[in-house]
Amino acid sequence: MALKTRTRSYGSPNRFEVASWYFMRVSGAALLVLAVFHLFYMHVIAGVDAITFEWIVNERWNGPLGMFWRTYDLALLLFALLHGANGARWVIDDYIHGRGANLAVKSALYVLTAILILMGMQVIFTVPLHSQQTALSALVTALGR
Amino acid sequence: MASIVASIWEGITYRGREGHWAWLLHRVSGLGILLFLALHIVDIYLIGVGKEIFEAFLFFYHSAPFKVLVMGLLFGVYYHAFNGVRIILVDFWPERFSNWKTQRLMFRVVIVLTLLAFIPSAIATVAPLFNLHMPWWNH
Ligand code: HEM
Ligand code: HEM
Repeated sequence: MALKTRTRSYGSPNRFEVASWYFMRVSGAALLVLAVFHLFYMHVIAGVDAITFEWIVNERWNGPLGMFWRTYDLALLLFALLHGANGARWVIDDYIHGRGANLAVKSALYVLTAILILMGMQVIFTVPLHSQQTALSALVTALGR
Repeated sequence: MASIVASIWEGITYRGREGHWAWLLHRVSGLGILLFLALHIVDIYLIGVGKEIFEAFLFFYHSAPFKVLVMGLLFGVYYHAFNGVRIILVDFWPERFSNWKTQRLMFRVVIVLTLLAFIPSAIATVAPLFNLHMPWWNH
C-alpha cells in the first residue's frame, strides 16, 4: 500500500504485475458496492433468520429479481475470489522466499481458487428456474416491474 | 521457516504510527475475509446438494459462538472496504492526499465509517439471540 514500500522477491514489475496492481483497485471499487451491500442486506435489511433453503431458492434466485441476484452473486463471486487470491499471492511473495516453498504454496492457492470458482458457478447456474421461466423471460419480468 | 516468522514478527512489531496499523489491519482483514469466503462458497454450494445438508450447516451459522466470528467478519469487511478506498485515493491523487495530515484525517474517517456500518449490522446480528426483531423483518 501507499505507506509502506512492498518488498517483493518474486514477481518483477512486469506488465502482469502492473495489471494486477490496477485490478486490485478496480475490483476493490466494485467490491465496495457488491460485498458491503451483500453483508448489509443479509444482516440489517433481511435479518439472518430470514436465510433458509426456501428463501434462497424461491425468493432470492427465483423471485421477481431472481436473475438480477444471480448475476449479482456471480459478479461478487468472481471479483471477491480473484481480488482475494491475488492479494494472498502478494502476501505469499512477501513472506515466503524459498523458491520451492513459494511455488508450492502459490500452486495450492491457484488450485483452491479454481475449485471454489467452479463450485460457486455451478450452484448459481444449476439451481432450477421455477415453472417454465427461461432466463430471458425472468429478465424481462424483472425489468418490467 | 525462521525467516518467515521473522518477517511476520517484524511486520507486527515495526514501530510506525497509524499508517502501520492501517496496513497491518488491512492485510489481516483481507486474509480473514478470504478464509471466510472459502467456507461460505462451500456452504452455498450445499444448496445444490440438498435441503437437509444445507440446513444442517445453517444451524452452525445461527449458533452463538459463530456470531462472535461474524462480528469479526463484519468489522473486517467494513474496515477493509473503507481503508481500501483511502489507499486508492492516495495512490491515484498523491499530490492531494499523501501529506501526513490528510492521511491521519483520512484514517480517522475510515474508522468512523467502519463503526457507522458495523454497529447497526452487529446489533441486527445478535438481535435474534435476545428475541429482538427489526420492524421491517418479515420472518
Ligand atoms: C469491499 C471492498 C474492497 C476494497 C475497496 C478493497 C481494496 C483493496 C486494495 C486497494 C488493496 C491493495 C492494497 C495494497 O496495494 O497494499 C487490497 C488488498 C487486499 N484485499 Fe481487498 N478490497 C476489498 C474487498 C476484499 C475482499 C472481499 C477480500 C477477500 C476475499 C479482500 C482481500 C484482500 C487481500 C488478501 C489483499 C492483500 C493485502 C496485502 O497485500 O496486504 N479484499 N484490497
Ligand atoms: C455472515 C455473513 C454472510 C451471510 C449471512 C451471507 C449470506 C449469503 C446467502 C444467503 C447467499 C445465497 C445467495 C443469495 O441469497 O444471494 C450468499 C451467497 C454469496 N455470498 Fe454471502 N453472506 C455473508 C458474507 C459474505 C461475504 C463477506 C462475501 C464476500 C467476500 C460473500 C460472498 C458471497 C458470494 C460470492 C455468494 C455466491 C456464492 C456462490 O455462487 O456459491 N458473502 N451469501
